Amino acid sequence: MSVGTPLPHDAAILHVTGAAHYVDDVPVPEGTLSLAFGISSMAHGRITGMELGEVRAAAGTVAVLTASDLPFANDVSPSVHDEPLLADGKVHYLGQPLFLVAADTHLAARKAARLGKIGYEELPAILSIDDALAAGSRFEEGPRVYLKGDVEAALAAAEHVVEGSIEIGAQEHFYLEGHAALALPQDSGDMIVHCSSQHPSEIQHKVADALGVPMHAVQVVVRRMGGGFGGKESQANAVAVACAVAARATGRPCKMRYDRDDDFMITGKRHDFRIDYLAGFDDSGRLAVVDFTQYCRCGWAQDLSLPVADRAMLHADNAYRLPTARITSHRLKTNTQSATAFRGFGGPQGMVGIERVIDHVAHQLGMDPLDVRRINFYAAANKASSGNGTPARNPAEGTPQTTPYHMPVEDFVLHDMVEELEETSDYHARRAAIAEWNSANSVLKKGIALTPVKFGISFTLTHLNQAGALVHVYHDGSIHMNHGGTEMGQGLFQKVAQVAASSFCVPLECVKVTATDTGKVPNTSATAASSGSDINGMAVKAACDQIRERMSAHLAETRQIKPQDVNFRAGRVQAGADEMSFAEAARECYEGRVSLSATGFYQTPRIQWDRIRGKGRPFYYFAYGAAVSEIVLDTLTGENRILRTDILHDAGSSLNPAIDIGQIEGGYVQGAGWLTMEELVWDSNGRLLTHAPSTYKIPACSDRPDVFNVSLWSKGRNAAETIHRSKAVGEPPLMLGISALFALSDAVASCGSAYPALGAPATPERLLNAVNRVRTP
Amino acid sequence: MIHVSTTVNGDAHEFLCDPRETLLDALRDRLELTGAKEGCGTGDCGACTVLLDGRPVCSCLVLAAEAKGREVGTVEGIADGEDLHPLQRKFIEHAALQCGICTPGILVAAKALLERNPDPNETEVRYWLAGNLCRCTGYDKIIRAVLDAAGEMREAT
Repeated sequence: MSVGTPLPHDAAILHVTGAAHYVDDVPVPEGTLSLAFGISSMAHGRITGMELGEVRAAAGTVAVLTASDLPFANDVSPSVHDEPLLADGKVHYLGQPLFLVAADTHLAARKAARLGKIGYEELPAILSIDDALAAGSRFEEGPRVYLKGDVEAALAAAEHVVEGSIEIGAQEHFYLEGHAALALPQDSGDMIVHCSSQHPSEIQHKVADALGVPMHAVQVVVRRMGGGFGGKESQANAVAVACAVAARATGRPCKMRYDRDDDFMITGKRHDFRIDYLAGFDDSGRLAVVDFTQYCRCGWAQDLSLPVADRAMLHADNAYRLPTARITSHRLKTNTQSATAFRGFGGPQGMVGIERVIDHVAHQLGMDPLDVRRINFYAAANKASSGNGTPARNPAEGTPQTTPYHMPVEDFVLHDMVEELEETSDYHARRAAIAEWNSANSVLKKGIALTPVKFGISFTLTHLNQAGALVHVYHDGSIHMNHGGTEMGQGLFQKVAQVAASSFCVPLECVKVTATDTGKVPNTSATAASSGSDINGMAVKAACDQIRERMSAHLAETRQIKPQDVNFRAGRVQAGADEMSFAEAARECYEGRVSLSATGFYQTPRIQWDRIRGKGRPFYYFAYGAAVSEIVLDTLTGENRILRTDILHDAGSSLNPAIDIGQIEGGYVQGAGWLTMEELVWDSNGRLLTHAPSTYKIPACSDRPDVFNVSLWSKGRNAAETIHRSKAVGEPPLMLGISALFALSDAVASCGSAYPALGAPATPERLLNAVNRVRTP
Repeated sequence: MIHVSTTVNGDAHEFLCDPRETLLDALRDRLELTGAKEGCGTGDCGACTVLLDGRPVCSCLVLAAEAKGREVGTVEGIADGEDLHPLQRKFIEHAALQCGICTPGILVAAKALLERNPDPNETEVRYWLAGNLCRCTGYDKIIRAVLDAAGEMREAT
């Protein structure tokens, strides 16, 4: 069985030799044009005129397109058609594409794009959360509210109450490969598009609309991305559609890649949030009620902001049972880049909110925050309740434990995991040592925090929870496979190939996965929501099972035995008295006129969700993890570093432990980067000032924790019937990085008596302000 | 256009280029060596790292004309035919790559480190590679792979 084996990434040899082709590396036909957008220099305004004479006259320019040159849909929105490819009369953010230049070279296109003279009538720009609230600028008619119990009564009855607010910054994806696409015109107006997208079917749909053709006239191919992280779920639409419309207009192949600065200026980022909270609790730290108000800055277009904000609400409880809760979510429309999907999809922001509450409660009671966390955990799953519908009961109340959105929590495993991690990380001894260090040192302060993660798995838009696959067995025994998922470095292709190899009991070398292609598997969902291996693995298995059944039936019939007496084992097939290689069996079935090709399909069971009422079962299951971070902070400069990180993560029965551990390490570092060093700054005109790695700092090799211990939970096994009982692992580990923020908070708290109320990202500036706050009586 | 004669991965090459063209663009567009990637175009991410006379440089900040008469080393020249370099093998073995787009630059930089310092400690590896950004891995496995490759190369000599 190759499932469960720590095999390397499917393209590892290509990666280390430089032979892996990304979109920008694909050889292009002679005469291919390069594209660039001319972008807006104002955050909000009416376009009074576009003088593009110099752009057209620039050396190398072949064509210039504006909104009026687009004969069909001028729309790249993934949701509500509110996002034109090229501005149509108005600009809504600084960086919005206004016109499109096609030129002989990449550099010529970029230079020409700077020569447009745009006249604007300036309109008031709404930039901040407060601006948007004051102006009533929002998506949806008003805030969404999830409610469980009587919040006012519970707050009035609570022994203690804390109140506070936390700002949580945005995050740039900084996939190392910027957006890129290549459109190749075909016969009869058809178009082939190569692009770096997590959502080929959506690209196909948007390109078809832009060209005024049915979807069958557009074929979208994605072999690999140089990182995605959600930033290529919807944001790849504009690049691909631009290539297609320019290719149609010029009759020549067109290629576009964003320069890094353009990528920052044009594309959406993680949503920044402010979360206000009011929490009631007792002397032991047990929460009775939490009232959250989440303010989510969505930018100018709706994009995926509603489901992102929903997921923030859905993770406002994280791992904690909140007997009474109200979560109010404001989706605010601002004149900034349209915030979009980013690993965790709002979940991380919601989770930071409740972790702040726990930290604040612990500070007020003088308790170890871990004790407050544990006392509020959901009750553990037990055998009777796991997996099939009987909710675990909270012994204190004798009622089923449910989330604030009324979903029973049946698979909770964090009690065991946290206990194990406390031990392996030596949490208590280190916490004591840190207290001693802090009392002896006035400048360098240390802090430690253990934070848990409970993350819901499934798309909250229920119909997206489907996947398809296409599997061919050739008569030499080799297997060719496609599925709807895309490879962005996460190792999906390898995991799914392992599933196929295991289905036929053949060595992995027999299986080839080729580029994701809308001509092979139609109507696919984005590779997002951590769902890639869950749903595509199941679809592939369904296809393999069909072929295997047909082979068994044929081999049995010709030998007058029962199909169940045909066995596939270690690359060979046993049929009664006959034993043959898999290739020989395939050949025999081919000659027996058996179809050796099948499509597979999967739909995630058991989910139903009413997002307006905030009720139902949005998730098939939860993924769990926990991390301990220890940091040291220089209280004179704010400089800090992570000294040690210990992680225990539940990947269920892992399909590939090497790949899963890679996701966990990378997720943690990306999460810690978001909350500590990655800061996006806009000026008062709405201009993003941090638009390159020179000013926007993602973690570097030197920022990695000094000691970094990462383990998969050995008892992990998905209670839900997923592919080989594995668990999704793409997004959940990002939230392990929350432990770094609260370790910093712990260090700051040691400087005085007030609560640090540390916001994110905890940059040196924010840390110094927090240190001053706690030192001021 | 400027005529440039240079050596790339040990082979003599000649090409014509614009005076303002970067070495990265010349390698990718004229010599079809697409292993070096443009991650930022400003020398901050290291994805375009190549060796110029043995010294790692960001090829997006070097003019193609500067390669005249010099030796350029790219990721395509690290393996010896079908035989992978120990660094390449160890990157695969340790799963020190995910999306792979930073991998060529990191391998080139790591090779330069081990040529200067065959026995680096972990801190030296971390700070040597601090100019090569990776958004996927969290770096841990990269460091392990470099240290392991260094050990193997020391044993072999």
